[in-house]
Amino acid sequence: MRTSRPIWSGAARACYVFTWLLAASLALAGCAREDKPAPSADKQPATSTEKQLTPSAEKQLTVFAASSLRDAFAVLAAVFKTAHPEAEVTFNFAGSQDLRAQIEQGAPADVFASADTKHMETLLGASRVLAPALFAHNEPVLIVARESASTVHSLADLPLLERIVLGAPEVPIGRYTQQILDRAAATLGADFRTRVEAKVVSRELNVRQVLAKVSLGEAQAGIVYRSDAESAKDTLTTLTIPPALNVIADYPIAIVAGAGHPRLARAWVDLVRSAAGQAALTQAGFLPANETRP
Amino acid sequence: MSSLGQRLALLLAGGVLALFLAAPMFALLVTTTAADFWNGLASPLVWPALRLSLITTATSLVLTVLLGTPLAWLLARSSTRLGAAVETVIQLPMVVPPAVAGVALLFTFGRRGVLAGWLYPTGSSVGFTTLAVVLAELLVSAPFFVQAATSAFRQVDRRLLVVAQTMGASPLRVLARIAAPLAMPGLVAGAVMTWARSLGEFGATLMFAGNMQGRTQTLPLAIYTALESNLATAQSLSIVLVGVAFALLLTTRALVHGQATARESPS
Repeated sequence: MRTSRPIWSGAARACYVFTWLLAASLALAGCAREDKPAPSADKQPATSTEKQLTPSAEKQLTVFAASSLRDAFAVLAAVFKTAHPEAEVTFNFAGSQDLRAQIEQGAPADVFASADTKHMETLLGASRVLAPALFAHNEPVLIVARESASTVHSLADLPLLERIVLGAPEVPIGRYTQQILDRAAATLGADFRTRVEAKVVSRELNVRQVLAKVSLGEAQAGIVYRSDAESAKDTLTTLTIPPALNVIADYPIAIVAGAGHPRLARAWVDLVRSAAGQAALTQAGFLPANETRP
Repeated sequence: MSSLGQRLALLLAGGVLALFLAAPMFALLVTTTAADFWNGLASPLVWPALRLSLITTATSLVLTVLLGTPLAWLLARSSTRLGAAVETVIQLPMVVPPAVAGVALLFTFGRRGVLAGWLYPTGSSVGFTTLAVVLAELLVSAPFFVQAATSAFRQVDRRLLVVAQTMGASPLRVLARIAAPLAMPGLVAGAVMTWARSLGEFGATLMFAGNMQGRTQTLPLAIYTALESNLATAQSLSIVLVGVAFALLLTTRALVHGQATARESPS
């Protein structure tokens, strides 16, 4: 009996402390959330006039976008806020295939920006999106870790390496990579793809994993989009793939069918395709929609 | 509240959670068709991944039990601040998102990691090897065993240990012949949790070991790879994963139960 009492009070105290910590973190989360609606609550008179226009008074915009668009779209969100101060833009960045699956399962997206026309066409075929339009292109490039920069000067040098990381053939960058290696056969030898693939140590499931492994020096080289290489240019060497061999990725954007906020969705698509939008995309390493060759 | 009402309330609360936990597993099964399932099993991704998953999780489980039992024993008997600090620190891998655990492994054992100069004087490295898969599984799953084993050892009656010591039993003998058998249910529960966690391991493996068929592509990685192209294949592979886990968990449960009843009946 005696020994059991201190144990109990110890456990009880632990429960008590834990409950308080939990409550404190919940309170903290509550405060963080309250920060945002506060300013809109201030302008009470404005909301009454806005309410008159209920059908078009949209305040939320949900953009599903390929991970590679993160930096460019973050810049554009700031531009969008100046033209639509009432709107709150929420992003869902993921692989285009994941976003497509989410939209197929009825996720509440307003806009879908894909890194691949295949997924957009699938959604168009199922009438899940309206009238897609190309808004950018992205050029695959060869990235080389700094330890190997002296060995690799072009695509042709890849077989000299020991640890190459490529995208899996199931994801867009992996598919483009295969096409590039096949095209290289004409000039670099029929077995070029086999010689490169013999040195592949991992087939990554998204382009960011390829980037991470090369920039951390785990792998010696990989193929990613120019926009990815741009975001890590201090840690690695970027080499251009000859245009004759390269396969440029097309990025289509569309309003999702049955979008909850069609007016803001339209405004977002227009912004992305405007001169300002194209400038932000170019800044992030993309090619503008009207240009398919670097 | 009447005793019947109390019983009903308990049943309701427990039943809600049980249903919530079981429903997604059932949905995985009932939303597939037999044809899709067999097609999925015919995918070249399946068998190398299943084999690799079984080998790596078995290896990481053996390492966990061999190294984790002494650690849990020391932690359970320690009453110092250092013991408490160690116990807290080794729980952290359970909290960290697995992808972060993978990055942390790269920062530790990677080619530019803090141990690189000491570990890889010849330039070879653990990255992209099956060993890297085992290390990733060990990092994310071993804390579950140590946690369960420590509390199991704490439940062992100290007086029995003292008696054994005074009768001349060596420390290892006390652990192996008295503490471990008494703590066995807790140890087994911890081992099962550890094994289940490492079977499902995804993020740390992808980050630290990469994704290469036959070498680092475990079943969860194969499922994710299939998910990129074909949902039906991914679903079949998931059913295989859940099925393997179910069979092994059930067997362990039956064995432990059998042992427990066998131990009780002669006395």
